[in-house]
Formats: sequence, structure tokens, C-alpha cells
Amino acid sequence: MTAMLEMRNVSKSFAGVQALRDVNFSVEAGQIHALVGENGAGKSTLMKVLSGVYPAGSYEGTIIFEGQERRFRDINDSEALGIIIIHQELALIPLMSIAENIFLSHPPSKFGVIDRDQVYRRTRELLAQVGLKESPDTLITDLGVGKQQLVEIAKALSKRVRMLILDEPTASLNEADSAALLERLMKFREQGIGSILISHKLNEVARVADHITVLRDGRTVDGIDCRAEPIQEDRIIRSMVNRDLAHRFPERSAKIGEPVLEVSNWSVYHPIHPDRQVIKNVNFGVKRGEVVGIAGLMGAGRTEFAMSLFGRSWGTNISGRIALEGHEIVLPTVAAAIDAGLAYVTEDRKQLGLILADDVRKNITLASLDQVAPGRVIDDIAELKVASDYRNRMRIRCSDVYQETGQLSGGNQQKVVLSKWLMTDPKVLILDEPTRGIDVGAKYEIYCIINELAEAGRGVVVISSEMPELLGICDRICVMNDGAFVGEFPGAEATQENIMRAIMRNERSNGNGAARAAEMGGSQP
Amino acid sequence: MTDKTVSLPEERRHGSFIKNNLRNYGMLMSLIAIMLFFQVMTSGTLLQPLNLTNLVLQNSYIVIMALGMLLVIVTGHIDLSVGSVAGFVGAVAALLMVTYKVDYTLAFLICLAVGAAIGAAQGYWVAYFKIPSFIVTLAGMLVFKGLALAVLQGQSLGPFPPTFQKLSSGFIPELLPEAGTLHPTSMLIGAVLALGLVYASAKSRAREVSHGIEVEPYAFFLGKSVVLAFAVLYFTYLIATYRGLPNVLVIMSVLIALYGFVTRRTVIGRQIYAVGGNAKAAGLSGIKTERLTFFTFVNMGVLAALAGLVFAARLNTATPKAGLGFELDVIAACFIGGASAYGGVGRVGGAVVGAMIMGVMNNGMSILGIGIDYQQVIKGLVLLGAVCIDVYNQRR
Repeated sequence: MTAMLEMRNVSKSFAGVQALRDVNFSVEAGQIHALVGENGAGKSTLMKVLSGVYPAGSYEGTIIFEGQERRFRDINDSEALGIIIIHQELALIPLMSIAENIFLSHPPSKFGVIDRDQVYRRTRELLAQVGLKESPDTLITDLGVGKQQLVEIAKALSKRVRMLILDEPTASLNEADSAALLERLMKFREQGIGSILISHKLNEVARVADHITVLRDGRTVDGIDCRAEPIQEDRIIRSMVNRDLAHRFPERSAKIGEPVLEVSNWSVYHPIHPDRQVIKNVNFGVKRGEVVGIAGLMGAGRTEFAMSLFGRSWGTNISGRIALEGHEIVLPTVAAAIDAGLAYVTEDRKQLGLILADDVRKNITLASLDQVAPGRVIDDIAELKVASDYRNRMRIRCSDVYQETGQLSGGNQQKVVLSKWLMTDPKVLILDEPTRGIDVGAKYEIYCIINELAEAGRGVVVISSEMPELLGICDRICVMNDGAFVGEFPGAEATQENIMRAIMRNERSNGNGAARAAEMGGSQP
Repeated sequence: MTDKTVSLPEERRHGSFIKNNLRNYGMLMSLIAIMLFFQVMTSGTLLQPLNLTNLVLQNSYIVIMALGMLLVIVTGHIDLSVGSVAGFVGAVAALLMVTYKVDYTLAFLICLAVGAAIGAAQGYWVAYFKIPSFIVTLAGMLVFKGLALAVLQGQSLGPFPPTFQKLSSGFIPELLPEAGTLHPTSMLIGAVLALGLVYASAKSRAREVSHGIEVEPYAFFLGKSVVLAFAVLYFTYLIATYRGLPNVLVIMSVLIALYGFVTRRTVIGRQIYAVGGNAKAAGLSGIKTERLTFFTFVNMGVLAALAGLVFAARLNTATPKAGLGFELDVIAACFIGGASAYGGVGRVGGAVVGAMIMGVMNNGMSILGIGIDYQQVIKGLVLLGAVCIDVYNQRR
């Protein structure tokens, strides 16, 4: 079979930094080609070269697509040939309908007037192709992230698609939505569409990919033909990081002590729909030195539960009791929660965790300025020392603590957020999706930090949609579904199967649980 | 990595230092260029002691309001009502002092309280009800313009008691024997200020060096200090050869120093920037974002009131037209000074320099006899140009 796309000896550098060196990359028609590598390995750069974001002439090497050498001047050139890229950040307009979004740039029209019948008919066809049953009139903002991703793909299909590029399409999806999306990808394979899948999730890659290319430091370091040989995750990881990760999770011997946080009969209602109970009278606890995982589908209410505990920063009509180290406390504000010794590391570090335009130092000290400001006046030298200290301890890779956090990679940004919360010296840390969008090497470092925190006698709660991660680092896993805990497993007994089983059992008994879960996913803050 | 930056060759360090600081000093350079331009074009009239003193008096109320506006803009809001509020407070002051013969100190305090109450009323809707500040203060602009007319019944009201007029038209008292036209007290204050500034920055640099923090190269530090000291001395010398330091300049300088300190060094200042940078992240870090937003509006109200008093004292009468269009100059000053319309970015020094650029241009163009029509055109283009340069610099 001849290759549909061939990129030969592609090199690209930015201001002296070599981002790509002699990369060779080819995709066949009807092939799902996975592109993996750590953040900064050059995956996105390569895709930008391919799609014309970096125009011909700004890189070296040749691109051959469908038998001809191509020199794209911009993204329109590549789209005209059917090379469609779907970015990690969705580019949909929230307050417009599905149909309006799909036909945003070239709506079918007669004499400049949009032909609505045709728009609706074609939208329905496209939605059917991606397996969405929503009405074309539904506003994007009313859809969950998973469905938005599918709309984005439907939008791509409205153009002539020969090759689909998906950049981390499942990063913000739960297991069920991810599975549905990958299912779609395999359908496209049957239609002869070539796909390039960029993903950090190796289990997904293993499931669907026909070929895997591993990039490291801008070079192709490994190519695996999945149809010819079995996929070994360890081999991929080894190629990606060039170090033998015999264990993807650090060893730990748990020393679990007294209960530190106990929550009982906790109930929370939705802030916009006050009659909807989102958290249903749950009980929850963490002990000193313990790492507790909360598993669940997106929309199960995990983030809402955590944020409602953290100074009532989500929800209304909150009731229930919180005891910290045996003493009952009331936490009406975030400031009170921080003072009491609670810390919440958000799942959305760019929107809710960091001030991206501010430097590393200001972000680290933001939640505990009083420590470096005797008499409310900031001692800038004390502040600098604290910030530099965290930078060294957490191994934050930045030019200095005056660097803007917006310029750092995802893993380093996450370390800045963690530093901010460590500085408040919390008794209990709630980490919401702490490794989302972070590469394998940085993930390992985050796991080590979680271990250290537990060893120092803090209680750690980890909310994660990646089950292997929970299985790898938690002493105990609680399963949440539809606002209630539906299962609990000691770390040694937990498996992906029995966690999923607990969720599915509950879904069936609720009947409409899945629909409600999806609905709630869309209306998260 | 730290080692690497320290061991950079001297020339490269200088180069990168200039590059990094060009943005901070860019507007100051522009101000100096504009001043030189008008100094030449007006054959020296611009920097004549009399004109310089007038320049200060004419722009004091803009600078005072720019300090408050900067905080409002940094939190990501805007206040369109400041001109109307200043006019309204001037009217209230006239009503109290002229019509009801209230003691000027008491009247002064009442007026500041009125400003605070107005700021609180507007800030309440913005901070707690999340109504866009553009709309709230647009309403405030109409309301207080109307109320000023109502208070004055469409007439001008004056004159003010002579002591109150001193707020704007007075100069600091001369304690030393005069030497020709030179006012030695003013000159002395200028000299002490120049030495103080140099001493303070030398001390802070030494402190940073002793903690092993990378500082600006010594040559730059020396050059900067000499230029700064010389500028302060020359400026006070010019002012001192006319009638000495105006009272309002003293008030203004104290306020600039105070707000500079609050924004750069205090917890509350840092938190205001955090709210403007990312309100949600700030809230989840335990910062009371609503309360801070509320207080920036209260603060703006007080400063608008102070500006209204200064302006009324300068005209020695309260007129229904007072404060008309001030908000545009004030907002322009902040944006020319590098504040970001998206919030989170802006410096007190920048806003002051921005106000001075507007002031020097007004003054210089008037001396050159350019009509009010083209003055506006030129000012508008300068605003657009300054913000364009800033956006361009940020993208690099």
C-alpha cells in the first residue's frame, strides 16, 4: 500500500531552538496513526507544519500528499485538500447552535441568504455520522464536553476530509465518551480516511492505532507497526522518555494514622437549578498519610463535591458536617477553608488555578501572602526566597521565578499550582485531575510529590478519570456516581473492572443516570 | 540555570537588560521626547517657570483621578462617571461653603465622604450584582451630571473662601529668606527629595545584592540615579524660581508615592492585580474578589471628589460644566501609561506619565496656537498609537 501522506526529512527551528530534526512520518489511507511523545517533543510543531500553520519555506523537508509534493501557504491550502486538524482547545461558539457552528464559515446559501432547510438536513446527516442524537438547534453551551468534541468532528466532516488530525481529543473526556470517540475513529478507517491521533493515553493508543510513531526531542525515535507485533506500553514509554520506567508509579509504604477529614451527610444543590440535588447526603473521610482516590464518570459530581467542601465555592443550599482532626468546623468562605487547612488543586489550572500573565513567584505566594508580608507589606526578598525554594524542591523548570507562568509547559504549571497550595501548609489536599494534559515524565514527578505529601502526614484526595492512575497511587478508592458514593475498594483489591462494574450497576438502577451525567457535565462551572 | 544568567558576558547582560526594560521606560522616553519637541517648537516657552507651574496646576486633577482609575482598570473594570462625580462634588462644595457658609475643613471632609458614598453605590452594583461597570458608571455619569445641574440650578456658584482656594492656587509658605526670585524652601525640599530617592534605591539595590539577587548592571543604576536626581533638581529649580512648590503638587506627589507603594508592595495591591489577572483563580486562592472590587470603586469615588474640589478651587467657582469630559482624559492617561483593558496589568508610574503626556500635549499645542479641533484629533491618534505600540511589544 502506498502512503497517502509522506513527510520527508522535516526540520524546523525557532530562534536557534531545533524543534524538529529530520523527521520522517507517513500515513496510509485508512490508517490510524498514533503520534506519541512527551510535551515539547515536537508533535504539535509537526502537525502545524503539515497543516500549513507554518507555511512552506519556514521549515526544511518535503510534504507529499496523495502523490504530489505540496507547499501549503496557510491552513486554507491544506483544508482544501482535505487535511483537517481538530485542536485540543475546542473552537466552537458556545451561544450558537450545533447547526450554526458546523456551517459557520461556508453555510449553504442562495444569493447570500442562508438556506436553512439544507443546513438542517446536512447537520442531521453529519450528526448521525458521528453518532449524536441532538437536535441541530441545541446550543453548544448545553452540551457536555464529550458531545462538543463530536460536534467538532462533525464540523470537520462537513468539509471534504481525507485526513483527520486529532490533538489530544480525549484529554477532557470520561471513559465512556472516549470510547465512543475512538469507536468513531475506527469507522472512519473503514471509509478510507487517514487519521493522526496525538494522545498521552497509551491504553487508547494501544486500542485503536495501526501504527505508532514516537517523537522525542524533535526526532523520530521509534516506529511500531501494531498489526505486525503486539504493543508493549513499556517499550513506548521507554522510547518517549528514554529512561526505563519499570514502574510507572513510585513505590510507597503507607503509614496511615488518625482520621483528619470527616464529612458526613453532605448535600449540595445546583446553583442555577436549585431544585436539583447534585450531591446526595454523602459521607466521606481521609486519614493522615492516606491517599484516597475518587473515581467516577464525568458529571458524577466529584468536582462539585470537592469545591462545595472548599469554602462553598460551588453550589447552593449546602448542608452537612465537616470535622477536621475531630473538631467540627464551618467553612463559609474559601479563606476560611484555607485557614482551616484545606487545599483544593483545581482540574482547570488555566482558568481556575493560575494567573497566567503573572510570574511564577506571584502565583506561588498568592494564597499565603501573609507569610511573606509582615504588617501587610510584602517583603519581596522573603517572597523571592520562598518562591525559589519551591522552584527547587518541586523541580519547576523555568528560567527564573520571574518567568510568566503562561510560558511554562503543562507539567510545570501544575507544579506551580501545587507549590501554591503546599505553601498554605494544608492538612488535607484535594487534587482534581492532577495529571490532566501532562506528559509521562512530569506525571511521575507529580505522583512522587503526592507520595511525599502523604508521608508528611497530610491527607490526600485524588480525583481522576484515569483509572490506572488511581489504581497506581491510592490506598483506597471511592467510586462516585450520580452524586453519591456507590462503591469503595482498598487499593489492593481495586481493579478497573470492579470500579466500572460499581458505576454501571448504579447507572442501571437509576435508569436515566447516563443522560443526567452528560447533562451535568455540560453545565459545570 | 541561575548560574548561567549570572555568568553571562557583560555586554549581553546589558543588551538583554535594555530589551527587558524598554517597555517599562518606553513611555517615559516618549514623554521626554514630546517635551523636548514642544520645548523646541515653542522656543523655550514650555519649560518656563510660569508655564511649568501652570502645567502642574492644570493637570493635577487628571493625575489624581488617574491614580484611582488605574486600580479600577487593573481589576478589569472602567469608571465613566468620574468627570460627572467631580463636577457634582464641586457643586456640593459650593453649596456648602458659599450658600450655607459651612467651615471649609468640614465641607472638605463632607465632600470626600460624598465621593466615597457615590463610589460605594456604584461599586455595589458592579461587585456584588455583577452588572458590567461600563453600564453602571454610564448611568452614574448621567445621574451625577444631572444632579450637579440640579444642585447649582443651572448657575455658577462662587467665590469660595480664600483659604479653600489655596488648595489649588496656593504655594507652600516660604520659611527661609528669599534669594532673588528663588524660593529656597522649595529648592531645599527638592534637594532632600532627590537625595532621598537616590539613597532609597541604592539601599534597596544593596539589599538585593547581599541576598544574591540579580540586579541591573551598576552602570545603569548609576546612570539612572544621576538622571533621576538631576531631573528632580532641575524641575524644582524651575518651579522654585516662580512662586515655589504649589500646594496641589505636594498633595499629588504624596498620593503618587502612596499609591505606588500600595500597588507594588502591599498585600492588598497584589490582590487587586490578582483579581484583574484571573478573578476565578484569585477567588479560589482565598481572595475576597467582590470586596476588593467594591473598594476600588469607593477609592475612585474619593479621588474623584478630591479632584472635583481641586478643580472647583482652581476656578474659584462651581459651574454646571465642571468635569465635562474629564473621564476621557483620565482613562486615556491610564491606557497610554500601559494599563491593559483586559485587567491585571498597569502601573501607577505609567498612569502618571500618561497623564503628563496628555497634559504636555494640551499645553504645548495651545501655546503653538493649534485649534481645539485639531488638538482632539492629535490626542486621539496619540492614544491609539500608544496602545498599538504596547500591544505590539507584548506580542513579541
